[in-house]
Amino acid sequence: MPGLRVVLAEDSVLLRDGLAALLARFGHEVAAAVGDSDGLREAVAAHEPDIVVTDVRMPPGFKDEGLRTALELRRRRPGLPVLVLSQYVETRYATELMDAGDGTHLGYLLKDRIGHVSEFVDALQRVVDGGTVVDPEVVRQMLRRRRDPLAALTAREREVLALVAEGRSNLAIATELTLVEASVAKHIRSILQKLGLPQTEETHRRVLAVLTFLRS
Amino acid sequence: MRTADVPKAGVYLLANAVTGLLTLLVSVLLFAAGGVLAVVVVGLPLLAGLVLVGLPVAAVERRLQRLIDARPLPSRHRVPPEPGLASWLRTRYTEPGTWRELGFAGLLMTVLWPVDLLAVVLGVTVPPVVLATPVLFGTIGDAEQVNVLKAVPVTSWPQAFLAGAVGLFAMVACACGLVLLARLRAALARLVLHPRRDLDQTVVELTRSRVRLVDAFEAERSRIERDLHDGAQQRLVALSVLLGLARLDAPDGPLAEQLSRAHDEAGQALVELRELIRGIHPPVLTDFGLEAAIADLADRCPVPLEVSFAMPQRFSAAVESAAYFVVSEALANLAKHSGASRGTITGSYAGRTLTVEIADNGCGGARIDGGTGLIGLADRVSVVGGRLSLSSPPGGPTRLIVEIPCQACG
Repeated sequence: MPGLRVVLAEDSVLLRDGLAALLARFGHEVAAAVGDSDGLREAVAAHEPDIVVTDVRMPPGFKDEGLRTALELRRRRPGLPVLVLSQYVETRYATELMDAGDGTHLGYLLKDRIGHVSEFVDALQRVVDGGTVVDPEVVRQMLRRRRDPLAALTAREREVLALVAEGRSNLAIATELTLVEASVAKHIRSILQKLGLPQTEETHRRVLAVLTFLRS
Repeated sequence: MRTADVPKAGVYLLANAVTGLLTLLVSVLLFAAGGVLAVVVVGLPLLAGLVLVGLPVAAVERRLQRLIDARPLPSRHRVPPEPGLASWLRTRYTEPGTWRELGFAGLLMTVLWPVDLLAVVLGVTVPPVVLATPVLFGTIGDAEQVNVLKAVPVTSWPQAFLAGAVGLFAMVACACGLVLLARLRAALARLVLHPRRDLDQTVVELTRSRVRLVDAFEAERSRIERDLHDGAQQRLVALSVLLGLARLDAPDGPLAEQLSRAHDEAGQALVELRELIRGIHPPVLTDFGLEAAIADLADRCPVPLEVSFAMPQRFSAAVESAAYFVVSEALANLAKHSGASRGTITGSYAGRTLTVEIADNGCGGARIDGGTGLIGLADRVSVVGGRLSLSSPPGGPTRLIVEIPCQACG
């Protein structure tokens, strides 16, 4: 595996040195190590690196300048591998990054992960190879939102779905809930749409919806 | 000063003179009757009633003030706690306003009313008489002699016209003088009846200092968050990197095990530090605003939540942080105490008011002062001019609404 040419942007000198030592240990070359976003822009222009590793938070504002600069670099050079290091588990930062371009050659890792040195170096290589790397902790956070697909349903729609799961026909459901049959059909359409069940010939959507209900 | 002010000033002074005179008469009568009858005890209530003479006087003065000063001069009397004469009397005798008004009545019936009366009478009569000198000289004086104001003799036409000119000047001067006097009198009455300035200023100053305190508090939180982020956290990451590198080189054995334990500890410390920072001041709130920060809170809540919170606008840091911490506390209570199986968070910004509602289907019975963090949050919301309302009947459901009037900025 040939060594990678890395541009490193990190405002803490201590961590910058640690990262440089780590990368050197694995045979990668740190083409430039900078401490702010202007430096990062210049270094990328000057060194044409294989990958950019940057902190989210950087001077002068100590907000998300690092992330903004990474996005800007990607706009200018689509496909430039970028690995963003962050202390933020909040999903918004990662999604902001992943929305850049086609979402490949990108990585978003919590800084905790750097300590797991081999994992970190693997992630670096995967990003360079065109992969997408998101920190497992952030993924967990993202998945929590999808945990309950039924959460999107209204109370009435859940009632309807529960009766569908009991095997009732639309007419039976309408009688049970004292609705007209047409509005039961409307509720079911809305349920199928909210559960993201596509309209295809191969699957029975009603059964899939029931399965979703039973699983939750 | 407008011409319309002159008759108003005249009416004000005249009405005051009449009120003062009447007050004097009534007071003297009451005092005399009370004094005479005091021997047979019946007089004592009359004397005590004398204290209340300021009440109608002040009421009249408040009405008359409208002629001179457009600023309202509301009565500061307290409302008696119970109906009935006893309660009314108790309230009136114990509040400072009554005594203040008695003082004003005393001033009016001794010093002020003669001054008012004199000013109006002289101001209205003297200048016309002087002004009319040429006419008087020609008619009554037969173009030979007339005594202006029965004091200054005028014996020729030029003198008569000069006196007329002086009269014209006196008329203008008296008009100005009357208005000025009326204003002074009104200001004096206002000062005696209503020394509101110092109290109001204290309230304004207190409000300002409270806002300053909260701002300082907010700034301090941001500073601590930043220090932790850029100091302790970076050092811990660097330590973790060093330990990770050391583990690569360590031969198998007890040393490798110890390094591994130390490495895990450093990792755990990082996780805890991250949680701590989030509790102090979440960076996502600063960087992306309420919508993202509240979505994150909802993700962490163990109870499934329906979130409809589309809010691209950004607000001032104080407003955002007040709204954020209300939601944070509400969700913590929801998860801990409500026993709810579902919840909703709704947010909207309309009519320059940010409204956030957190509702659940739990057991209810929550109280703002019930030992939760809600009371502190209510204070925090009130500092930014908003309010927190809670509806949580026993048996549920619970709804918490925070409304903050604010300007969107960007």
